[in-house]
Amino acid sequence: MATATIETRLMRLWETPHSLYGFFASTDHKSVGKRYLVTAFVFLLAGGVEAMVMRAQLIKPANHFLSPEAYNQLFTMHGMTMIFWYASPILSGISNYFFPLWIGARDFAFPRLNMFSYWTFLMSGIVLYTGYIAGYAPDRGWFNYTPLADPLYSPGLNEKFYCVALLLLTVSTTVGAINFIVTAFKLRAPGMSIGRMPLALYGTLTASFSNIFALPSLSVALAFLFLEHRFGMHFFDVSAGGRPLLWQHLFWIFAHPWVYIIVLPALSFISMIIPTFSRRPIIGYTWNALGVAATGVLGFGVWVHHMFATGLPPMAMSFFMAGSMAVVLPSAISIFVWLVTLWHGRPVMSTAMLFALGFIFLFVIGGVDGVFTGSIPADWQVTDSYFVVAHIHYVLIGINVFPILAAFYYWLPKITGRMMSERLGKWNFWIMFIGMNIAFFPMHNLGLLGMPRRVYTYQAGLGWTATNIVVSIGAYIFAFGVLLFVLNFFWSLIDGPIAGPNPWDASSLEWATSSPPPPYNFAVMPTVRSRDPLWEERLGMGKRSDVFVGPVISDEEKVTLGTTPLDGLPQRVVSFPEDSVYPFLTSVALTAICYGLILGLWGLALSGALFTFFFVTGWLWYAPKPVEV
Amino acid sequence: MATTIVQPGGTPPAVTLPVNGKPHHTSGWWGMILLVVTEASLFAFLLFSYFYLDAQNTLWPPPGPPDINLAMINTIILVVSSVPARLGTMAIRRGARARLSLSIVVTMALGLAFLIIEAIEWSQKSFTPQTDAYGSLFFTITGFHYAHVAVGMLMLLVILLRNWAGHFNAHRHTAVENVMLYWHFVGVVWLFVFTTLYITPHWWR
Amino acid sequence: MTSNAHRARDRVRWARVPRWMRTIVRRAAFAGGVLLVFAACSQAPSTLRPASKPAQQLFVLQWWLIGIAFAVMLIIGVLIVVPLRHRIRTVADAPLEDGGSTKPIAVGIVISALILAAVFVYSAVVLADDARPDSPPHLAVKVTGHRWWWEVEYMSPDSSNAHQNVVGANEIHIPVGEPVQILGTAADVIHSFWVPQLQGKIDLIPGQTNVFWIRADKPGRYRGQCAEYCGLQHAHMIFWVVAQPRAEFDAWLAHARQPATAPQSPLEAEGKQAFLTAPCVLCHTVRGTGAGGKLGPDLTHVGSRLTIGAGTLANTPGNLAGWIENAQAIKPGVAMPRLDLPPATMQKILAYLESLN
Ligand code: HEA
Ligand code: HEA
Ligand code: HEC
Ligand code: CUA
Ligand SMILES: [Cu+2]
Repeated sequence: MATATIETRLMRLWETPHSLYGFFASTDHKSVGKRYLVTAFVFLLAGGVEAMVMRAQLIKPANHFLSPEAYNQLFTMHGMTMIFWYASPILSGISNYFFPLWIGARDFAFPRLNMFSYWTFLMSGIVLYTGYIAGYAPDRGWFNYTPLADPLYSPGLNEKFYCVALLLLTVSTTVGAINFIVTAFKLRAPGMSIGRMPLALYGTLTASFSNIFALPSLSVALAFLFLEHRFGMHFFDVSAGGRPLLWQHLFWIFAHPWVYIIVLPALSFISMIIPTFSRRPIIGYTWNALGVAATGVLGFGVWVHHMFATGLPPMAMSFFMAGSMAVVLPSAISIFVWLVTLWHGRPVMSTAMLFALGFIFLFVIGGVDGVFTGSIPADWQVTDSYFVVAHIHYVLIGINVFPILAAFYYWLPKITGRMMSERLGKWNFWIMFIGMNIAFFPMHNLGLLGMPRRVYTYQAGLGWTATNIVVSIGAYIFAFGVLLFVLNFFWSLIDGPIAGPNPWDASSLEWATSSPPPPYNFAVMPTVRSRDPLWEERLGMGKRSDVFVGPVISDEEKVTLGTTPLDGLPQRVVSFPEDSVYPFLTSVALTAICYGLILGLWGLALSGALFTFFFVTGWLWYAPKPVEV
Repeated sequence: MATTIVQPGGTPPAVTLPVNGKPHHTSGWWGMILLVVTEASLFAFLLFSYFYLDAQNTLWPPPGPPDINLAMINTIILVVSSVPARLGTMAIRRGARARLSLSIVVTMALGLAFLIIEAIEWSQKSFTPQTDAYGSLFFTITGFHYAHVAVGMLMLLVILLRNWAGHFNAHRHTAVENVMLYWHFVGVVWLFVFTTLYITPHWWR
Repeated sequence: MTSNAHRARDRVRWARVPRWMRTIVRRAAFAGGVLLVFAACSQAPSTLRPASKPAQQLFVLQWWLIGIAFAVMLIIGVLIVVPLRHRIRTVADAPLEDGGSTKPIAVGIVISALILAAVFVYSAVVLADDARPDSPPHLAVKVTGHRWWWEVEYMSPDSSNAHQNVVGANEIHIPVGEPVQILGTAADVIHSFWVPQLQGKIDLIPGQTNVFWIRADKPGRYRGQCAEYCGLQHAHMIFWVVAQPRAEFDAWLAHARQPATAPQSPLEAEGKQAFLTAPCVLCHTVRGTGAGGKLGPDLTHVGSRLTIGAGTLANTPGNLAGWIENAQAIKPGVAMPRLDLPPATMQKILAYLESLN
């Protein structure tokens, strides 16, 4: 039969109605992905604006622009917003949109779970910010040490908002992680063995596995703290046999893996971008893949480096110092893989490439800071000083924001179907890159000059004033750079040139379908027999993969091809559930529980639980198609 | 039902593949395994907290080692309840729906017994969750597990209803496999909880 | 110094480096510059101006790490920039490349591993060295963190007569050139003890006593500040370490051990009465009088202190008056309430506290 008719029929099958119902019911991973991206970016702007206000307060000594209360809420909300509601969701956004495209599938293994994960993420953010608006913003720092966070020293709802909002987010993140893993192992295109997966998958996969093991540690800590606040239990206060350090262990056992969770996917995006713009396949594919995985594993063995000043036995700490040195090596692998690829290629200085290269440089700075703080005695001087603030911004902005912008300049044409302005893009990059270094490099010096972090103001005459001015100015320059990106994006929507399926002449599957891709992603199921399906002939390996001709699996129902976990041999036909509002309703019900718990409205919490049960049942309740054997 | 794969461009129909395939090939089964893994680490961290405070405190548990009897009975009940669960799975694999319903009911009965006895044991404790860190941990850990059993009961209820609605047969019963897996997990976790809360205090003092 | 070296090297290269690289170099130079400027700045409680053997050790370690950092930055920077020589304009401008070897990766890893191993060993050595002083300390000081001030207790040599201990606040006097043992703990939340010029940080954690030591090799005053976020006034939880020659120190301690000096003038005498009848006594101790409160700093010798409000203000009559008038205005959120004493009483109390040297 002619493909045209197939496509129209697939369209009829996969398109979600453009109605209100469609909006809440759509399980299309592409719309979920877009929502993730937009929401997370808004959180970036929010956290950024909070930072701008902080920098206004710190621009001169003994400043009275902000009250201590206001400042403490700001830096806490800034940290939480950025780390939890921006850094990780923005990566999920990209992965949500492209995962099935990378592996040549039509959707996720659990499309409904996928949209549930989005709605829950959104709700958790709303919970957090309603707290802020109601005047109950968390204000004990993003890692919220006890006993300061214990009921005795933090009465009021602030801590309850902290615990519950984060707990809700962990739900979203956990199911998301499960979805990524199952999809990557079960739905890859035929022939796409583990060794042929696009490198982008390794980061998200590793991050997802880390999530599975790390998030529970946070959940336990949050549950403990919440129980203290809501029911007067004791876990952390010495007077009742608790220990303050229990919180620190639980939190950092989670939080160090977490900091890798929020960069590994970004690193692997870079591993897609650099080969494309070096006009060659990546060198050291296996090195890179294993390196990423290794980072994920080693990341669980270094948490105590956040506790070097708590008076633990030196022997014990040395072990974690060794860990902190060891965890450098996999990162080094990635760096050298990119460099070698660059050296053996013909670089194209597109904006995406600029951001990628800028990222490598910032990564190195942030990384060597990490080595500095990883040395116990050196850390005794710089811990909890602005040196650490410098480190976290070089790594977080360098290894998250910059790769994300690279990814945007690289993949937005696929999403929107239109190119962004390269000219404006270059300005965008240089302003952000220079602003970034003006803002955050001097922070190292502030730290070495003895300026502690989390101070709402500082005294004059300590040698900190001039540097703080520089930092604030840099921060505003950087922010302006971000603004340029926003402008560039909207410009591209309005009259960016049409992108076409493969504007960068890249090699991976997402470029084999139209931009934006149709709801069913691929009309025919591609068959992959190399790492660069779209480059095979020109790499002189001869045509191996069938990307444009191949099996069209049933166009009578929503299905995709299921393959074996390792070799990617066709195994089964996977049928997808229809669109549904139950996931949305479920996360609404969960949110009701949350508010019930925070405010102690047990009726609300209970009915929330009840509805959750009903909705989940409805969600999972589908009669199988008649089966004759 | 099997779907024929249409090949455009003349190439003959390649393979025919089963829809969704064997329960252990389905995404659902993999999803459940991962859920169990993350739940397991949740309990691992709970027990880590217990041992941490155990090591940090000179007097632990403050009220002295807990009385084992009721907990022991409960342990037996929960372990035994895995048997009908297992029988249920094997039944539906053969397509025997009635037997599945039966074994679900038996499993739920045992689960209910566990919940009741656990509640009784709580009521007999000399301390409350508010007494001290030990009390808080004891009730939190057992409480978390209690909640998991309760959720397991709900899951069993759902597959019971779905079984009556005729959703399952020899080829499509992933939900059953999943719920039963979860139930076995809840049982296994209890063994760890039991050893930690009830046995170690007797060993170590 | 390392950053000097960098700046020199940079200037030589400047002419022929491509644009990208200049930004990198500019940054290195900038950093070096800022470091130098502030290393010279006198007031700063800077880790770059160590005043003791341990701090000196950390300082050297720091410079090695900074050196390595800049070296790595420079090398990677060059490795990023050089291949851009044969860049092309658009993706269509050249055929795809292929081949290439992974050897350089292995080489890079090995080099990195060696550097890291060196860093580890060096750090471990410094760690072991810093763990205990080279001579056993003769003086032990118990430092207790409160929100937001420091309780300082000079332990008497033999623990049997603890009543001999001397309690002060927000100021630690130590003899020059001797290691002093610090017993750090906290009364409420976690604080962190940090005197950058003398020693690295150590957290003060409720329910646990962290034992470490400091030492000053030059007489002088060294600024310390709380380094663990402890709530509203974390920013104003400052203290001073005053290092003086042994004899001077002994004299000071002897004086500090004395109860409060008796009022000299009638005004001071009235002040004492006013003080003892005012709410002050609920929170403050003045040894030798009825005042035995424990919520606030000991005021027995408050007159002789450098600062008030835990380093918030210099200890001048004006500031003291302002503080007693309304501490909340100076340090919002402190446990010390606004007491609205009648001006007359204020004056008397002020005079009395001034006299408590
Ligand atoms: C974005 C995530 C991210 C990443 C990737 C990292 C990466 C690293 N981090 Fe960082 N870290 C944070 C986020 C991150 N960190 C955050 C948010 C905090 C603060 C939390 C808080 O207190 O608020 C923190 C704090 C933090 C501390 C505690 C500081 C303190 O509070 O006292 C330490 C201590 O060891 C540390 C170490 C490291 C190390 C060794 C790495 C390594 O992985 C870096 C490895 C990479 C490189 C080294 C560069 C590339 C390598 C080469 C080019 C090879 C050649 C290099 C050498 C031979 C040196 N980090
Ligand atoms: C991904 C993570 C991330 C990112 C991107 C940032 C971005 C920034 N951070 Fe953040 N920061 C953290 C994570 C992050 N931070 C964390 C985890 C902490 C620790 C918190 C804690 O101690 O608990 C911290 C702490 C922290 C501090 C220390 C506070 C203290 O210890 O007292 C400071 C101080 O300068 C700071 C500044 C900044 C600045 C200036 C930016 C700039 O890059 C922001 C740039 C601006 C934007 C990105 C927004 C641009 C806005 C516009 C363009 C206007 C348009 C607006 C609308 C249309 C509405 N941050
Ligand atoms: C409710 C308790 C309370 C009362 C009542 C109180 N104070 Fe205080 N006072 C404090 C605390 C707590 C501090 C430490 C504040 C800080 O530095 O953070 C303090 C600090 C001071 C200081 C500065 C000490 C130093 O070295 O920094 C002086 C002087 C002082 N109080 C005098 C007084 C006088 C005089 C009165 C009565 C008129 C008084 N206080 C009443 C709690 C109290
Ligand atoms: Cu005390 Cu910060
Ligand atoms: Cu870390």
